[in-house]
Amino acid sequence: MAFLHKHSLATGLAALALLLLSPALAAASPDASRQVVLEHLLVQDCGSCHGLRMTGGLGPSLTPEALAGKPRESLIATVAHGRAGTAMPGWQALLDEQDIAWLVDRLLEGGFNP
Amino acid sequence: MIRLLSLALAGLLLAGCAQQPPLRGSGDLGVIIERARGSIQIIETSGQTQLARIEGLGDLSHASVVFSRDQRFAYVFGRDGGLTKVDLLAQRIDKRILQGGNSIGGAISQDGSLIAVGNYEPGGVKVFDAQTLELVADIPSTPLPDGSRNSRVVGVIDAPGQRFLFALFDTGEIWIADFSEREKPTVTRFEHIGHQPYDDLLTPDGRYYLAGLFGEDGMALLDLWHPEQGVKRVLDGYGRGEQKLPVYKMPHLEGWAIAGEQAFVPAIGQHRVLVMNTGNWQQSAAIEVAGQPVFVMARPDARQIWVNFAYPDNHRVQVIDSETHAIVADLQPGPGVLHMEFSARGEQLWLSVRDGNEVQVWDPYRLELLKRLPAESPSGIFFSSRAHRTGL
Repeated sequence: MAFLHKHSLATGLAALALLLLSPALAAASPDASRQVVLEHLLVQDCGSCHGLRMTGGLGPSLTPEALAGKPRESLIATVAHGRAGTAMPGWQALLDEQDIAWLVDRLLEGGFNP
Repeated sequence: MIRLLSLALAGLLLAGCAQQPPLRGSGDLGVIIERARGSIQIIETSGQTQLARIEGLGDLSHASVVFSRDQRFAYVFGRDGGLTKVDLLAQRIDKRILQGGNSIGGAISQDGSLIAVGNYEPGGVKVFDAQTLELVADIPSTPLPDGSRNSRVVGVIDAPGQRFLFALFDTGEIWIADFSEREKPTVTRFEHIGHQPYDDLLTPDGRYYLAGLFGEDGMALLDLWHPEQGVKRVLDGYGRGEQKLPVYKMPHLEGWAIAGEQAFVPAIGQHRVLVMNTGNWQQSAAIEVAGQPVFVMARPDARQIWVNFAYPDNHRVQVIDSETHAIVADLQPGPGVLHMEFSARGEQLWLSVRDGNEVQVWDPYRLELLKRLPAESPSGIFFSSRAHRTGL
C-alpha cells in the first residue's frame, strides 16, 4: 500500500508538472486530487462487486493475471458502456475517458491489498 | 451459601485475570465490519460503546454476520471464503476456516446447530456444524451450460423446519435445502423463476420467500406453507416504459422490508421504493426517493422506513412515513452511508459512514444524531438480537 501511495503521488506530481508545462498534454491523465478520488472509487465501489482486492465477487476477478490478454481498449469500453446482460453498469455518466483509462491502467498494474 | 462463595471466588478469579473481560450479558452486543482492514469491532448498544477490535478476518468486502442462539458467538462470512467464529464475550476468534474461494454470506439453522454459506466460487452452498465448523454437507449449484463453473449462489437464509433457502444468480433458480434429517438433507429445486435473482428475503413469520430479480423487473414469490404451488411472479414489469439507470450498487433484501401489511422493496435502476400489499402481493405504490435504494428497512414498530442509496447518492438517507408514504426526513449523515441496523425494539438506529470513518447512533423517533463512534471504513452493522429472528 505504501508503494501504491508513493506511486500515485509520483504520477500525481508528474501530472502536475505536465499541467504547468502544457494544458493540452495534461488532459492525458487525471490530476493528483482526482486520482485520489478514483483510487477510492476503484477500491470501494468497483470493489463492492469485484472484491476489495479485485479477486472477484458478483463481478469477475480484475487482477492483472485475470485481465492478461484482454486488450486495454476493450477494457476501457467495458467500463464506459457496461456489459449488456450482466450486472456491470456503464460508468461514462460519472467518469470521463481519462478517468476510465487511468482506472484500467491501475487494474492492469495490480497490487491491491488494502 | 456455597453458591455465594463460589460466585465470589469466580469473581476474584476473574478480577485476577487481566485478559478476561468482566462478566456481562450478550443480548445488547453487536459487530461492526471494518472491511478494508479485515477487522471487526464488538460494540454494545446499552451504553453505545466499543468493547474490542478483533483482527485477522481476511477480506471482509461484503461481509455479513449471524449469531448463535445463546448470542455468545458471531459467525462472520468473508469475501475470501473465510468463515470465522468469534467469541463475543471472550473477545477473540474461537475458530476460523477457509471454506471456499469467494463467498457472499450465510445463515444459521432454526435450531442453531448448522451454518450454511453461499459461495460464488465454487458455486454452491456448504453447511457446517456450528460448534466445530466441520463440514456437514456440500451442495454444488447447477453447472453453467458451457461447463466452466457452477452458478453463483446468493441470499442464503434460514427458514422454519431446519431449512435453508437460496437463489442461483446465473441459472435463475430457487433451492430449498431441508436439514430436518441432518444426515440425509434433501434439496427441492424451483427452476425458471426469473432472470438473475440477486438477493432474497423471508417475511418475519417465515412464511413467504421473495427473491429480487436483477435481469428483469419483478420478484419471485414462494409460499413456504404451500411450496407445491410453486413460484409466482410479483411486481411483474414494474419498470415498464421507464429508462433503466445504470446500477452502481446491488440493492439488498431482508425481512425488515415488511412493515405491517406492506412490503417496501428497492426498485432496480430506478429512484423508487416499491410497495406491495402482503395480503395479495400486488403493488400498491411507488415512492419517489433521492437515488437508487440499497437498504430499505422498516423500524421495528413499522411506522418508518429508512432508505440509503447507491453511489453517487450514498451520502444521503431518507425516512419514509409508512402510512402516508411521505418523505419525513432527508438526512445527510456523511459520505458513503453503507448500512443501517435498528436495535431490536427500534429505539436506536446505527448507521455506518464508510468514508467518514465512523458509525453513527441515531434516535429514529427524534431523528437526532446521538453519538459518533470511530471505525475504519465501516460497512455492515449486525446486532446479536438477530439471533432470534428468522431469515436474517
